[in-house]
Amino acid sequence: MKMNRFSASLLATLLILSATIASAADRYIVVASTTSTENSGLFSYILPIFTEKSGIEVRVVAKGTGKAIRMAQDGDADVLFVHHKPSEEKFVAEGYGLQRFDVMYNDFILVGPDSDPAGISGNSDITAVFKKIGDKEALFASRGDDSGTHKKEQGLWKEAGIDQEAASGTWYRATGQGMGATLNAAVAMGAYALSDRATWIAYKNKGDFTISSEGSPLLFNQYGVIMVNPEKHPHVKAEDGQAFIDWVLSKEGQDAIASFKLDGQQLFFPNAQ
Amino acid sequence: MTLPGSILPLKLVDLTYAVDGQKLVHNLSLEFIQGPKTLILGPNGAGKSLTLRMAHGLLKPTSGKVQWQQRHPQRHQAMVFQRPVMLRRSAAANIDYALNLKGLGKAEAAELRNEVLAKTGLSGIAARPARVLSIGEQQRLAIARAWALRPQVLFLDEPTASLDPKATRAIEDLIETIHAAGTKIIMSTHDMGQAKRLADEVIFLNQGMLSERTAASDFFSSPRSAEGRAFLEGELLL
Amino acid sequence: MNDFSQAFSLSLDLIFSLDARLAEIVLLSLRVSLSAVLIATLIGLPLGAALATLRFPGRRTVNAFLSSLMGLPPVVVGLVVYLLLSRSGPMGSLGLLFTPTAMIIAQSLLITPIIASLARQVSEDLWGEYRDQLTSLGCEPLRAVPTILWDGRYRLTTAVLAGFGRATAEVGAVMIVGGNIDHVTRVMTTTIALETSKGNLSLALALGMILITLSLTINVATFMIRDQVKGESL
Repeated sequence: MKMNRFSASLLATLLILSATIASAADRYIVVASTTSTENSGLFSYILPIFTEKSGIEVRVVAKGTGKAIRMAQDGDADVLFVHHKPSEEKFVAEGYGLQRFDVMYNDFILVGPDSDPAGISGNSDITAVFKKIGDKEALFASRGDDSGTHKKEQGLWKEAGIDQEAASGTWYRATGQGMGATLNAAVAMGAYALSDRATWIAYKNKGDFTISSEGSPLLFNQYGVIMVNPEKHPHVKAEDGQAFIDWVLSKEGQDAIASFKLDGQQLFFPNAQ
Repeated sequence: MTLPGSILPLKLVDLTYAVDGQKLVHNLSLEFIQGPKTLILGPNGAGKSLTLRMAHGLLKPTSGKVQWQQRHPQRHQAMVFQRPVMLRRSAAANIDYALNLKGLGKAEAAELRNEVLAKTGLSGIAARPARVLSIGEQQRLAIARAWALRPQVLFLDEPTASLDPKATRAIEDLIETIHAAGTKIIMSTHDMGQAKRLADEVIFLNQGMLSERTAASDFFSSPRSAEGRAFLEGELLL
Repeated sequence: MNDFSQAFSLSLDLIFSLDARLAEIVLLSLRVSLSAVLIATLIGLPLGAALATLRFPGRRTVNAFLSSLMGLPPVVVGLVVYLLLSRSGPMGSLGLLFTPTAMIIAQSLLITPIIASLARQVSEDLWGEYRDQLTSLGCEPLRAVPTILWDGRYRLTTAVLAGFGRATAEVGAVMIVGGNIDHVTRVMTTTIALETSKGNLSLALALGMILITLSLTINVATFMIRDQVKGESL
């Protein structure tokens, strides 16, 4: 009989626990975004400012740009916040989103080991750098996950005239994972990798890795924000989602983005019009 | 002779039990009437246990029939096994469980349980977990549990086979008491001495077949079958 | 090797400073996994015991199927639940995706076969011992289920703990259906995955150590309570 009382009290505790936590916050929106904005710590910095002002909690699901767009198409997010302009424009054109706004930018960089096997260190001509890596068959770690960074990287191989997919599994290694996990793999293998600058600065496991190439206009990385079309998905929280977009584009939101710094460096540069 | 409300006589008609085509019980036909303590005697492998299990409804015969005189004979019989099966709860709760299955209310069950515990001399250990009792006490409890059901027929399958003489004596006394209170006893044993002490009539089985059925007084002095004789002499020679 | 000593002291720091963020994540992990265990236990134990006592055609196939479900990959369960709960899926209107409820559903699906399968094994042993006696007492196979569960309660805790272990350890399902949302669906394992991807290997390892310690504590505590109660009632 003792066990009876024991399990009964356990059950009661659980039910109370579930009930209290479940009713915590009910006014919230879901933002589908990229790993770079989440992993760099940007969202943990700016979102509390917005929430305090508006009373709206922002729940961020961080995935690669491709998956984030898919999520928004399925109606599983209220706002899309990603960084691959052609895909974003397609998303709006197909009627899934209302309107696309520029929010901020930073840039992509190529990181690699100190030993620099492809001999590219300091070269800012990114097309030449990619060609060299391909020609020398130096190890390269790719996201391979249809993310904004991955899409950018595919464009750069094309510019350089290298068929990197044909080399997949040899010197070209597609991890199929997020930016951080891909950097982990790159550091472990001594492979070059394309990363957004924010994730790289925030990344803690650099080992002997440094920036091998940066500064090319081709490496520009623009972030955009889009409201998911409530006509496609009636449950979308249009009002609260729009409030978030308005805030991000406002002076206050833009200032918040500019003031987010890590190790004294600014990671994202607001450029809403 | 069928008494009103009685499930007896029990008739086994052409009962056969076979495994993989091998007959372990052969076309057995027997009738059990109210009254005498019937002991089923025979060496190991004679089919005693199988016969009891088929009669009690635990085993489905390969062919043949088990016939009782009432619609729900299962409610009026009970069985005690060679190894007592104790539920993981107190001695008293073991009896309550059986009474509960029979649909008795809590108060009624408690009264009946206390009565049967007293009659079997187990009142002192009612609260103890059944599985820490000695094997002899467990078997007494198993009999108490069966008796609490107020069965018209009690089957016992070698109930003392794993007990020492003192515990065996206690069990045999209990069986006499239960019989005296009006319950039909059908019990298997391979222990000659026990059969002599308890039996009113003997059914002798050998290799799944009926060798003879004789009043106890006659069986032990002058068995009619060759197998019965051999068994008696074999035992005596040991 | 430096990572390990660093992780160890970091985990001690986190525990003894009663870090509020850590507490939140630990509590959510416990809430999700314990709820899933509760649901899986309520379904799995009676199911397992019934499979042990009932005889029906196709029983062996069902048992084999259930056993093979013990090895369900969490990501597959996560994906299936994701597709079901997505706004574009059949249960999308419930709006459960990316909530702790979705995580509880996924983990319940993941561990119910484990608890049911292990419960069936324990119950089969017990039913083998009880069948003749209970049948003789007039107990139908279904009526025997509560008896088996009650009498097997001490041995069945192992089945429940196995389910709990699986639930707290998995990351694939909760990551997909929960989305690892900060303060909402971030649990121990998804935090470890996140910190690993941020290159915070020491922090990730420290969290791993805390997770293992927690799981160990719960197991030891359960066994101690079990033996204590068992000692008193047997």
